Amino acid sequence: MCLAIPGKIIAITEQLDETFRKGKVSFGGIMKEVSLYMVPEAKVDDYVLVHVGVAINIVDEEEAKLTFSYLKSMGEVEELDTPDSLKTNP
Amino acid sequence: MKFLSEYRDPQLVQEYIKELHRITTKNWTLMEICGGQTHSLVKNGILDMLPEKITMVHGPGCPVCVTSLSVIDEAVWLAEQPNHILCSFGDMLRVPGSKKSLLEAKAEGADVRILYSPLEAVELAKSNPSKEVIFFAVGFETTAPANALSVIHAAQQNVVNYSILASHVLVPPAMEAILSDEANVIDAFLAAGHVCTIMGLDEYYPVAEKYKIPIVVTGFEPVDLLQGILMAVNQLEKGEYTVENQYARAVLREGNKMAKDTIEKVFSVSDRVWRGIGSIPQSGFEVNERYKLFNARLKFKIDIPFAEENKECISGDIMKGLKKPKQCPNFGTKCKPEHPLGAPMVSSEGACAAYYHYSSDTIMQ
Amino acid sequence: MTNQNSFQLSCPMPKFDFDVITLGHGSGGLLTHRLLQSGVFDILKNDMLDQQHDGASFTLNGKTAFSTDSYVISPIFFPGGNIGELAIYGTVNDLAMCGAEAKYLSLAFIIEEGMTMESFWIILNGIKNAIDKAGVKIVTGDTKVVERGKGDQIFINTSGIGIIHPKANIHHNRIEVGDQIILSGNIAQHGIAIMSKREGLEFETDIVSDSINLNHTILSLIEALGEDIKFLRDPTRGGLASVLNELAEIRKLGFVIDQNSIPIDEQVEGACEMLGLDPLYVANEGLFVAIVKKEAANKALELLHKDENGLKAKIIGEVTDAHAGKVMMKSRIGGHRVVGYLTGEQLPRIC
Repeated sequence: MCLAIPGKIIAITEQLDETFRKGKVSFGGIMKEVSLYMVPEAKVDDYVLVHVGVAINIVDEEEAKLTFSYLKSMGEVEELDTPDSLKTNP
Repeated sequence: MKFLSEYRDPQLVQEYIKELHRITTKNWTLMEICGGQTHSLVKNGILDMLPEKITMVHGPGCPVCVTSLSVIDEAVWLAEQPNHILCSFGDMLRVPGSKKSLLEAKAEGADVRILYSPLEAVELAKSNPSKEVIFFAVGFETTAPANALSVIHAAQQNVVNYSILASHVLVPPAMEAILSDEANVIDAFLAAGHVCTIMGLDEYYPVAEKYKIPIVVTGFEPVDLLQGILMAVNQLEKGEYTVENQYARAVLREGNKMAKDTIEKVFSVSDRVWRGIGSIPQSGFEVNERYKLFNARLKFKIDIPFAEENKECISGDIMKGLKKPKQCPNFGTKCKPEHPLGAPMVSSEGACAAYYHYSSDTIMQ
Repeated sequence: MTNQNSFQLSCPMPKFDFDVITLGHGSGGLLTHRLLQSGVFDILKNDMLDQQHDGASFTLNGKTAFSTDSYVISPIFFPGGNIGELAIYGTVNDLAMCGAEAKYLSLAFIIEEGMTMESFWIILNGIKNAIDKAGVKIVTGDTKVVERGKGDQIFINTSGIGIIHPKANIHHNRIEVGDQIILSGNIAQHGIAIMSKREGLEFETDIVSDSINLNHTILSLIEALGEDIKFLRDPTRGGLASVLNELAEIRKLGFVIDQNSIPIDEQVEGACEMLGLDPLYVANEGLFVAIVKKEAANKALELLHKDENGLKAKIIGEVTDAHAGKVMMKSRIGGHRVVGYLTGEQLPRIC
């Protein structure tokens, strides 16, 4: 439940100890400081889902792409291209 | 926005709609658990696009809707004490208590603040040492880790004037309560994506097995919801019943270990009264013994009379999926967002409010 | 315009022998005189105001429009401007929505004791810049000071009078089936700029308020298209949804809009996502809705696109005879939903 929005980690801003690990996250250009306590493996350039100021997981890019090939894998429809935004950067 | 906008692609949505029409041969009733999913279904106009044989009923996945009247009264009482600052998520402010809502208490002079995050409440407590800062910690499992973290932060920094009023609710017990009801009509569940981000999938296998019911963990965007519905209907048409994960980009089978550990550190499972449904055993979180100094219920002698729920509100039946909002005699007449009889009409996630605001059905009335 | 911290004062602050405004400054006596003489009158100088009489007298030729509004916004300094500019642009724009060119404004302050002269001076500068941009004059005014705690720093009321353009025929009764709904620019800019500064909802963005005068834009449109402009309104509090609902209800017609057509800045949209706000209900300032005769709509767009206040203008929908009294929106994915009235203040949600 609950509104969680994906954002990109731009910088790790605080790392005094793990409880206070924070990062600057960009949500389409809007910057917000977010607690990274729940995602200790998250690093700069990762996308995280943020709920009430706390990152709750790292978005799995591969899985994200699979959603678009689901229908094709069911064999019912023609291939739908992976949206440009989800193609791996060269 | 990346990982958001792509799941709103109109062409892809149309493909899913076509496919759903193709494979659905029987009448099926699906429940989406989460208020955010209800909101998305109605706001995007998806309900009207689904095949007629598929009925979506909206579950009790709106923590605002299921927070009991007496808990609202507790929050109002705390807000009205001198030198108290009551902090809350925006959703909670308009929910009526037995006498007033937090918004009304605020208008009458109580210091009530809307915050984006419970972590901000700890900062507020630090900068207001002479005040008692209480955070109204509402939500499902998704929000529990953040609320727990705020208590850990406060404890580590010795912020003694911080506490939380916990009113967390858990999804699996609610599902059981719905499924074990004799009048149950639900054939399949769309489980709440972000709850499962935290808790993982393991709790759902026994439920699927016991009640022989498909459970698909689903996201919130139109493509997610349609894919989740498709996966559930697929199972139903084939007579299968298992747990599937549509929202794999955000949900791991084991959930988020760190988040679960954080919850365990601060909370213990307790019985909880769900507004409109009644008491469900072991269905909530309460602050545990270790952090009792940060438990507002223990810290303050909250003195309020017992609150009787409005008998005219059929929210219990609505949230269990036994009735639709339109079937309530008071819907749109005595009960409207401006003067709600119960919580599902107040919160924009509530089934009644969502229907009232967005559904083209209301035009016909 | 930038916020308080980096505001470039077009009129440098004179030396006052007081740093804060006290009750004495509103008493009508010597202190009031000092405040007005060495502050207010100087910066707002014009021949009518200089007479410093109880009221202003003037002659107007033609049909006139009159409007009033009070400004109680908090915070008083926000990204993109301050309450001073808002107070001028707001009333100038309300008159423009009547098809009128604003000429003369009244300006009344209710100041909370303890406001600093520096803050007051920045607001006065905002007012000065706004009246210069809009081409209007403040001809009469009032200043009161209330006790600390009895006012939220400063409240401002402006009333304005203007001449209605001879070609203007603005009335909701003229709206008919087939009319096109035009939005002049990006939605929700002002409300999100304010939200970004307000207590507890801080975001580090550069979303600035779109508060600006719209009189020149509107009058050019009326000059070119006259009666084909059926109705004008600026969707301030309550947002676009409220304006359209009011019209749909009063005209007993249906309004349908297309989510894909509604112009919105990417960052503003992102902020709305994060807060769980619906941009249709967020307040706007330098924005207007025009209901235009179908045949004139494309011409209206063409004209707007050449105007600095209409660069992003779009046709977002039309008036129909279906679902009378209601506003419907076609969502981005092709579904339909009702866009209802805003009930109470829109609150950010977590769920």
